[in-house]
Amino acid sequence: MWFKNVLLSVFVLFSLIGCSEQKMETKPTINIWHWMTDRDPAFQELAKKYEALTGVKVNFELYAPSDAYSQKIRAAAQGTNLPDVFGILGEKRDFASFIKAGHILDLTPYMEANNNSWKSNFFPKALAVNEFASGNSYGITPGIFGVPIDIMTIQMVYNKKLFSQLGLNPNRPPKTFQEFLDIGAKIKAAGMQGLVSGWGEVWMIDCLANNYAFNIMGKDKVLATIKGEVSYTDPDWIKVFSIFKQMQDSGILAKGLVTMINKSAEQIFANEKAVFAFNGSWCVNVYKGMNPNLEYGAMLPPEASNQYPIAIWGGAGSSFMVNARSKNKEESVKFLTWLTAQDQQVYLAQATNNLPANKDSLTKIPEILAQFARGMDYATHPNVWGVSEFSLVIEAFDRGIQSIIIGEKSPEQVAGEVQKIKDREMAKKRAR
Amino acid sequence: MKIKDTLENYTFILPAVTIFSVFYIIPFIWVFQLGLFDWDGISFSKVFVGLQNFKEIFLQDKNWWQSMWNASYITLIALTLQNILAFMLAWACDREIKMKNFYRVIFFIPPVLSEVVVGMVWRFIINDIDGANIINRTLTGMGFANLAHNWLSDPNTALTTVAIVHCWKGFGWGFLIFLAGLQTIPRELYEAARVDGASAWQSFKKITLPLMIPVMVLVAILTVLGTMQVFVLIVSLVGGEFAGHTSVPVLRILASMRGSSRFGYACAQGITFGMVLVAISFIQYRFSKKGQ
Repeated sequence: MWFKNVLLSVFVLFSLIGCSEQKMETKPTINIWHWMTDRDPAFQELAKKYEALTGVKVNFELYAPSDAYSQKIRAAAQGTNLPDVFGILGEKRDFASFIKAGHILDLTPYMEANNNSWKSNFFPKALAVNEFASGNSYGITPGIFGVPIDIMTIQMVYNKKLFSQLGLNPNRPPKTFQEFLDIGAKIKAAGMQGLVSGWGEVWMIDCLANNYAFNIMGKDKVLATIKGEVSYTDPDWIKVFSIFKQMQDSGILAKGLVTMINKSAEQIFANEKAVFAFNGSWCVNVYKGMNPNLEYGAMLPPEASNQYPIAIWGGAGSSFMVNARSKNKEESVKFLTWLTAQDQQVYLAQATNNLPANKDSLTKIPEILAQFARGMDYATHPNVWGVSEFSLVIEAFDRGIQSIIIGEKSPEQVAGEVQKIKDREMAKKRAR
Repeated sequence: MKIKDTLENYTFILPAVTIFSVFYIIPFIWVFQLGLFDWDGISFSKVFVGLQNFKEIFLQDKNWWQSMWNASYITLIALTLQNILAFMLAWACDREIKMKNFYRVIFFIPPVLSEVVVGMVWRFIINDIDGANIINRTLTGMGFANLAHNWLSDPNTALTTVAIVHCWKGFGWGFLIFLAGLQTIPRELYEAARVDGASAWQSFKKITLPLMIPVMVLVAILTVLGTMQVFVLIVSLVGGEFAGHTSVPVLRILASMRGSSRFGYACAQGITFGMVLVAISFIQYRFSKKGQ
């Protein structure tokens, strides 16, 4: 009997506690998925700081390498279990597919609130990568769908010490393509290696080729080609393909460049075995880790024509998107607003040697990063063009340039092959 | 009673059938079904295109068939060079030689290494500016300086170099299976043959080879299946498809998925590739049955 009474009392007590009003207010936890191994420690530090400030826990989850991350995001999108905040790796059309499937929140109202206070913090070119303009070819309602965390430009870098050894002025990198080719002859004579880059992974070839396409024929003609109005067999495109043959013939390209992975290219340049490298602004952090005493400068790819200015790829380096289905949407936007504010951006730039997306945070960055930042004036990116080339055409284009470099095909042959695939894809598109 | 026995028998195989169906048959059917759609892998909506993806693979996709040819070339080298080497080493280790256990361990190290590591190590051995250039130095030292060149960046040698590195990495599996097979051959057969005056070659031809045929078929099937699916080593050695010279089916499937966001097409490629592998394995199996 005694035992029964105790048991009943305990039951009543627990029932009353269970029915009482919940007094403790629980703050949400924001989950963020990303692939940026080099930035993870800085993100974790900022998450701690944000929790101390607001009580909101931010959980950064790193999934690397980027290929694995990319697949994870797609799988999560199919299962509608994306985290509160995530990044998308891929082309603009993938970004558009995520938006069409209702995975990404339109950030325009947040960006434009209080007289554009958030929007005005960013470099316009960084924001443009995350923006869909009116009348875009993807059929997306105009708006801003991502928050740039940092920016990048892809340029050439040159080793100042090796420049001196070649009898060149280390403070005057080549400005014209002919000057560049002439250095190739000197490099060859000195038994050095010229330009290194991750051209085994092909997308960087595409990047440099597009730089020269803008320089030789201008943006309008490049976009007209993508739209199918100009053929790849046009003499201007032959000139673009020929750039690679000229570089190979002059000796400016390092041995084995077509099968070089970017990590190897970075190692070679950091070890002062190559005079030039073609790489993104993220290389500053990489080179610092590999060789802190490396003396180098950034330069624009030397101009092959004076008709149009050279363009380099640049804009948002990495961006975060807010899950439109997340119950923590508002908290996520608040966190991203805080993350892209000046203090946090300065911290990220100093901790990771990446260019900040917040334009007011550029004051305290190293000189070499500032050189990359100045390249933003020449920056463009396929994601802001409003039209995108068929992926099979891009593949044929990049493979073709590899074939030109190894002397397997002529620029004319490659141009013909690329146009053939373009015609096929255009016919398929019309049939749909 | 008979029905009860039959049901009982089926009950015993039910777990295996269930696991096989859930993890192999159903995904295969599902992937085939996805292969009938035009789908980017992100959208919830898919456009039914029937057999269009398969038609494109068979009639238009030259890159796909080049990749099949490249994978077949690597497989041919693996079937011959790799397996002959594995068999010879297993045969040597099966005999009474000094330090045979040490060799067994050494030969099995390459297969347990990661393909990325193997690729990087060999890249270092082969390449000059980002490596030690050991192959070319050795050739030059031996008086064959004219043969020294960029093995991985030359379209004429890149695929063969990849195939040889793949053989180096893979021969340990064949070695292990061959050794296990050789050890199952009763020693009395060799002793009887020796008493009857058979030479070493005759013993090998009349005893070892016939009794090893089932093992050889198994190794051949595993070699084909393993080699046709090679891709990590290629990425690690040459960064990718190298103007198509080192392109293989798995890299093409990845390119369709990641590069082009054509998941439906990638699924169709996967099914085509799977069917080719099943057909090859079936032919090998039938040949081995005939041989027996």
